[in-house]
Amino acid sequence: MINLNYYPGCTLKTKAKNFEDSAIASMSALGIALIELPRWNCCGASYCLAEDDLIHQVAPVRNLIRVKSQESRVESQGEGDSRLQTPDSRLLKVVTLCPFCYNTLKRANLIVRNDPGKRDTLNSFMDEEIDYHGEVETVHLLEVLRDDVGWEAIAKKVKVPLEGLIVAPYYGCTLIRPREIAIDNVERPTVLHRLMETLGATVVDFPFATECCGSFQSVSNPELAAETAWNILTLAQRQGAEALVLSCPLCEYNLGFQQKLIRRRHGEFKGIPTPYFTQLLALALGLESCGFDRGYTDSRALLQSKGLLS
Amino acid sequence: MDKLGSSTKRALVIGGGIAGIQASLDIADAGYEVLLVEKTPSIGGHMLQYSEVFPTLDCPQCIGTPKMVEVGQHSNIRILAYSEVESVSGTIGDFTVRIRRRATHVDWDRCNGCGLCLQKCPVKVPSEYNCFLPFDNRGAIYIPFAQAVPNKPVIDAQTCRYFKYRRFMEEGEESKKPPECRICEKVCPLGVIDWEQQDEIVEEKVGAIVVAAGFDLMDKGEIGEFAEGRDIINGLEFERILCPSGPTAGVVMRPSDGIEPREVVFISCVGSRDPELGVPYCSRVCCMYLAKQALLYKHAVPDGQAYIFYMDQRTTGKGYEEFVRRAVEEYHVMYLRGRVSKIFRDGDRLRVQGADTLSGRRVDISCDLVVLGMAMMPSAGFKELARKLGIATDEYGFITEIHSKFRPMETSVPGIYVAGTAQGPRDIPDSVAMGSGVASKVLDLFSRDGVGSPL
Ligand SMILES: Cc1cc2nc3c(=O)[nH]c(=O)nc-3n(C[C@H](O)[C@H](O)[C@H](O)COP(=O)(O)OP(=O)(O)OC[C@H]3O[C@@H](n4cnc5c(N)ncnc54)[C@H](O)[C@@H]3O)c2cc1C
Repeated sequence: MINLNYYPGCTLKTKAKNFEDSAIASMSALGIALIELPRWNCCGASYCLAEDDLIHQVAPVRNLIRVKSQESRVESQGEGDSRLQTPDSRLLKVVTLCPFCYNTLKRANLIVRNDPGKRDTLNSFMDEEIDYHGEVETVHLLEVLRDDVGWEAIAKKVKVPLEGLIVAPYYGCTLIRPREIAIDNVERPTVLHRLMETLGATVVDFPFATECCGSFQSVSNPELAAETAWNILTLAQRQGAEALVLSCPLCEYNLGFQQKLIRRRHGEFKGIPTPYFTQLLALALGLESCGFDRGYTDSRALLQSKGLLS
Repeated sequence: MDKLGSSTKRALVIGGGIAGIQASLDIADAGYEVLLVEKTPSIGGHMLQYSEVFPTLDCPQCIGTPKMVEVGQHSNIRILAYSEVESVSGTIGDFTVRIRRRATHVDWDRCNGCGLCLQKCPVKVPSEYNCFLPFDNRGAIYIPFAQAVPNKPVIDAQTCRYFKYRRFMEEGEESKKPPECRICEKVCPLGVIDWEQQDEIVEEKVGAIVVAAGFDLMDKGEIGEFAEGRDIINGLEFERILCPSGPTAGVVMRPSDGIEPREVVFISCVGSRDPELGVPYCSRVCCMYLAKQALLYKHAVPDGQAYIFYMDQRTTGKGYEEFVRRAVEEYHVMYLRGRVSKIFRDGDRLRVQGADTLSGRRVDISCDLVVLGMAMMPSAGFKELARKLGIATDEYGFITEIHSKFRPMETSVPGIYVAGTAQGPRDIPDSVAMGSGVASKVLDLFSRDGVGSPL
């Protein structure tokens, strides 16, 4: 078993517990233990667009420092070599599940790496922590699956191929924007497609895979957000998809929870399940705890009709 | 200091597009010998592929072919087609160039261009000249287009059945034994098919070199959001579709299923002016050729609708702004100022989503065909050529002139000059002017004898 630092973030412990549980279980089945970072704090949530956003970076940088000091502690205990390392072995790795956390940590790290002035200011804000120079690499779980585990290795572990299940992959925005931190091709990402194919599902061509889910507009302008979601969901259905595979709790809120609101506005709209990719991964790996009972939408009837779930 | 002269009064022109053609003719007409090296089997360049050319809408075959024929028949010009420069040594007035003449497998000295072989070749592959459009094919033995100069065929060993057969017998390369074929050889009345012909390296002395290697378009695959589908094409492909002598005989149809497009969306600045893709510069001709193509589309499909997404209108040539006004006022081409964010297939049509920044609204257009005004880039393999010549190029690969204002046609190496789009994007009138301009630089050089001249 290989250990990998894991940063959960707030949503994974609350609304998206099923995302976390299915991820931890699946990774463990694939031989990787996700070790939760001790004393992690808020990632800094959504990225600040203000010109001087330094104070905003304190939270994410503090998390990265936690990874760094965690690693030095482990190393001094002589267990360091069992951790997953990036190709550049000087870098320490931390994996995230929530795309917002991924985005915030990754961009904070860019600032630290590229701007010595800001780096020094940030370090001076830390009182008890050690100095940070950008040593940690933030990765998303999809990258670990693609780059460290690999599709072939995953395919070998599949016990319940998702045969007959037709899905549309949906990436949302923060995993692939801006370009500097993208986990994949910005305009034409394929990592979710590849994962789903590896698990045996049929993947439809889905032009709205990177469309905005409505983001926080669901707070200020729920009608607009519902229309946006309706556009995305109905195109997925027209393309023949039976489920929309997600990677983000906010997308799950906008595209899952909002289906109720959509139904009120568009009487003819038939819902579509919105599972996380980790839930389908867990299912394909033959695991029990996939958390299908906890989403905003229910995938169970669909999966049962395909004989994938009893 | 005395101006330099040339001991060898003979010029090498690299690239037989309109810039290279003009330079060759002007130098040759003044009485000096020209070697014109062209990579493809025929001279003509991009211009010959077009339907009609802006702003006067004349037929490029009609105005271009006479010039090509003149080059072909000129006693002072020798065309080395299907050839490329291997290496260059020496200095101004006294260069030695080695040129690779690629094997055509046809003895051009004896071939009379009758074309029997072309009719009988059983191979059918998409043609480079027609941008690989599905409507028309060429054989493995082919002449790229009817007006080609020289009008002699080449055999493409990659797709020729007999070469496949030989590879199979020698190396077991093909999976199944191909037929031995050799039909072209059987029908050729002059017996000029030469299977054993090899590439040949010839060495020539020249006093000056003109680089006119032209441009290519950026590959649309680099634009993720527009990459998909057969009905999203670039401007060159649409020129071929519009062209009366093109693969559809000028009947406008879309590549995937041949239907007549009822609505066509044109998009400017695709790749160009996009620093993220490494092309911050303007390609200069797209505003005009997209307006031209929209207008020609309306000629062909009068009740169709053309939309053009643009960033700004850059139509600064003589008669250019008037031309665009005509497209708008007489042909009702709908101009939308804004960018397109996505194109995707919805049923059997394409949906184009973007912004109209003048009205501040999102636009969502259903159409049948999308034409991309892709960035102009230095021609394929140009980096390699520049390296052989030892001339400086800019960060995008275009030739850097020695002084951007006063010496626009001289490269960093004395005696090597540049004309046309090899220096940067420009239109036909500018390329031709530059071709003549560069000829005057060469003639100026030839008017003096060089250091070490035998005279
Ligand atoms: C879609 C489109 C439509 C256009 N329509 C118009 C129009 O209507 N009016 C107008 O004024 N302009 C138009 N233009 C611009 C016009 O095409 C150019 O101005 C013109 O073709 C430039 O000529 P050139 O000789 O520099 O280059 P090219 O036409 O590219 O010719 C270069 C030649 O060099 C050869 N070559 C390349 N590399 C080598 C090498 N290494 N060795 C030997 N030979 C080589 C090529 O095979 C080619 O024959 C259009 C451009 C595009 C893309």
